[in-house]
Amino acid sequence: MTHAYTPGLRIAEKTKVTSQRSLPLLGDVIVKKGDVLKAEYVVARTHLPGKVHAINAVNRLGIQPKDLREYMLKKEGDVVQKDEIIAETKPWVKMLKTALLSPITGTIETISTVTGQILLREPPKPIQVFAYIDGTVIEIMEKEGVVMETTATFIQSIFGVGGETVGELVIAVNKPGDVLTAERIQPTYKDKIIVGGAFVQHDVINKAKKLGVRGIITGGLDDEDLKKLLGYDLGVAITGSEDIGITLIITEGFGKIQMAQRTFELLKSRTGAKTSINGATQIRAGVVRPEIIIPHDTSGKTSGEEIDKPIDRGMEIGDSVRIIRVPHFGKIGRIKSLPFSPQKIETEATVRILEVEFPDGSTAIVPRTNVEMIET
Amino acid sequence: MIKDDLNVIIATDCGSTTTKAILIEKKDGVYRQTFRGESPTTVEAPFEDVTRGVLNAFAEMEELSGRKILDGEKIITPAQGNVGVDIYVSTSSAGGGLQMMVAGAVKTMTAESAQRAALGAGAIVMDVIASNDQRLPHEKIDRIRHLRPDMILLSGGTDGGTVTHVVELAEYISAANPKPRLGMTFQLPVIYAGNKDAREKIKEILSIKTSLNITENIRPTLERENLFPARQEIQKLFLEHVMAQAPGYKKLMSWTGAPIMPTPGAVGLIMQTIAKKNNINVVGVDIGGATTDVFSVYGEIFNRTVSANFGMSYSISNVLAEAGIENILRWVPFDINELDLRNRIKNKMIRPTTIPQTLEELKIEQAISREALRLSFEQHKSLAVGLKGVQRERDISEAFKQEVTGETLVDMLKLDLLVGSGGVLSHAPRRSQAMLMMIDAFQPEGITRIAVDSIFMMPHLGVLSTVHEQAATEVFEKDCLIPLGTCISLVKNNIGKPKEKCISYKITMPDGKKVEESLPCGELRVFPLGIDQSAEIEVSPVKNFDVGAGKGKPITNKVFGGVVGIVIDTRGRPITLAKDKASRTEQLQQWAKAIDAYPE
Repeated sequence: MTHAYTPGLRIAEKTKVTSQRSLPLLGDVIVKKGDVLKAEYVVARTHLPGKVHAINAVNRLGIQPKDLREYMLKKEGDVVQKDEIIAETKPWVKMLKTALLSPITGTIETISTVTGQILLREPPKPIQVFAYIDGTVIEIMEKEGVVMETTATFIQSIFGVGGETVGELVIAVNKPGDVLTAERIQPTYKDKIIVGGAFVQHDVINKAKKLGVRGIITGGLDDEDLKKLLGYDLGVAITGSEDIGITLIITEGFGKIQMAQRTFELLKSRTGAKTSINGATQIRAGVVRPEIIIPHDTSGKTSGEEIDKPIDRGMEIGDSVRIIRVPHFGKIGRIKSLPFSPQKIETEATVRILEVEFPDGSTAIVPRTNVEMIET
Repeated sequence: MIKDDLNVIIATDCGSTTTKAILIEKKDGVYRQTFRGESPTTVEAPFEDVTRGVLNAFAEMEELSGRKILDGEKIITPAQGNVGVDIYVSTSSAGGGLQMMVAGAVKTMTAESAQRAALGAGAIVMDVIASNDQRLPHEKIDRIRHLRPDMILLSGGTDGGTVTHVVELAEYISAANPKPRLGMTFQLPVIYAGNKDAREKIKEILSIKTSLNITENIRPTLERENLFPARQEIQKLFLEHVMAQAPGYKKLMSWTGAPIMPTPGAVGLIMQTIAKKNNINVVGVDIGGATTDVFSVYGEIFNRTVSANFGMSYSISNVLAEAGIENILRWVPFDINELDLRNRIKNKMIRPTTIPQTLEELKIEQAISREALRLSFEQHKSLAVGLKGVQRERDISEAFKQEVTGETLVDMLKLDLLVGSGGVLSHAPRRSQAMLMMIDAFQPEGITRIAVDSIFMMPHLGVLSTVHEQAATEVFEKDCLIPLGTCISLVKNNIGKPKEKCISYKITMPDGKKVEESLPCGELRVFPLGIDQSAEIEVSPVKNFDVGAGKGKPITNKVFGGVVGIVIDTRGRPITLAKDKASRTEQLQQWAKAIDAYPE
């Protein structure tokens, strides 16, 4: 542990991107290795077990649990239709007969002579997994899914909500410091993924949703607007499954923060390209960050050209870093020095620090844990 | 028990982010912690082998201590001179620790006992399913299916009592056909610890779909809670199933001289050992980035709770969501815009490894920690309760019985020692900050000693205590705990108006010097008293106030020092803060100044 290394968020103009496409349960993979697919193609499918319904049969029929089987008209494994009689009493007077109707169409799973319950299961629900990116199938995971690969512009962001979506990329602002206002949301943005600048507010997101915009990428967002968007205060950063009708990705953090120039320029250079985004974020164990994938070659074949490589070394003088905590939050600069000995900071904590030089020539001392490398 | 000639011990705790190693050596007949090394945990990709992180931590330790520990990737044993160690022990919470679901017939009875059994074994309880938990059957089944725990503990019914409810729960588990979190192809371990008369039925329902293990009933009669066998079964299955599926653990298990324990289980063990040895009541807290664990040992009764989403980084935003912005703001000693505070908290959540650089940021984090600790302690108090209207017995140690009412067992007035652990407490730039955070959050009553864990070695010492109790307790007392001092305060429901006459006290310092003063309501006063020092104190409350002996009644006691000293607190219980922002800010600043919490 001789050097500090703070992994940053990857930003690459052209790199090889792989995406694992897995079923939640074992199922069927319906593509072959080497297939060149569009993002919308189905690669695997399976059936989720149907929902289970329990009926307290003995209460309804007025019988003892141990006698339940005697009153059953169906047995375990039988298929039943909604409102079909599955059990009935056998009184002397027919008028007093009590019948138990199936609340669903499905199968009888269990008849319990201990609890007097009948468990019924709805038919299995089919689910499909899509390719998500235009690319090539490079690996088949038998019964589980596939691995897709493409050469793409790849941008990792810091936080997002909403799941995978695909659309054409449009830039809705002029500069990375601009705020994405309601006036900038055009009717032509339907089904598109739009790039804002430094900030977006809840009413603007709502307008975009109504117009059918599929995703928004912006530098910052206020927590208060996130709360309005989700309808609750997000406690733990595990996101991606929200049903909010749009995918939102922030590249820098909470608050009004200019999108990094390089990120903005890169997105701008890919205007009009088909883009796959996913807001899923998970900060704990097995970190997942939101991703923006813009394939280069729409035929999907990996080009084999020179590609960007991620940094796999420690920090060095001259490296580009982003400061990720106040008082210099959001600023980007270059490492000017990396003193070896820990130093006392304003809080009186003694920590390892580095000196950052900003583009205007000014400098600042920052704890090493409060910067992230800008990977290219 | 392992041989008594252990002279060099190496212990690790494989946490979710860091693997921490400590070296313990016997010098001049006394065990001391001498060196420590740490390295990132390597359970996840790209390494997917926990032993890489352990070896890296050992390598750092070798570098620092000059002791050769490894021969390639093999631990050298036994120790000879400056080479090798006599034993290696470890705990683990990597990969999310032990995650369990528990089920019981009645929510406040067997389900609650099952929850206590699982928590005491060191698990995170993901959900508690009960016959009367208000959820519909299909909701319970859906929940069981989606949770993917490491194991399930099923209980219900007293021996010879009704079997219906527990069989019904087994049917739900069977219908859900849950899969374990790790190892898709393995069967989920289920422990049945309920009515023994239902065992055959349970086997019929669950033995095909799950890996069923049957142990003694956790509630054999209404009057008796018997958690120990279930806890042992949980720890056994944790090793056999969960650990065995986690990457690299099979190899790690072959290295250790004692079974690997879940980290919180080991912390609980050392707390119990210390409480028993000194015959004291202890409350301990470990506040981490994602979770906060609270432990209490009152007499023979041990309880542990984990607040899975009250932490200072990954789940800091949940503290805000649960406590509310007002409760956090009440501890911030300056004016701050609410929107700004919310954004700062979210930014910490998404970049959890950052640290406060400015004093203002530090004060904000410490304000949030008070609420995280308070909420976690409230959860603990609500679970550490007695069995309603009956007599109780816990664990197999000694039959401990007491009349109970369902009220919390955590009596702050009877608390002897409060121990804090975790980054925000152990690494606070000034120890007085840790002391004030703990007093504000836990609000101890009467006379209470307060300490912090110096470098988080309680897990290591817990697992060590299973093989060498003397080594574990010696290191705990000499190197692990840093005494902060003693807090003397009013007891609950004692609130006075600011400046109202409250208490007077006489302190006889170790050098014989006497201090005689009085302190009005709403104040804090600190008297330095060193770590190994003690003083005599006589506190006399005015007639409406109580410091533990009753209203207006004085107490005389010996009090112990620490790096902060004696803290006399007349702020009331609960602590009363001014309603208007300006006065409250002034109050907070005044209290911080009294304890010298922050630089001027």
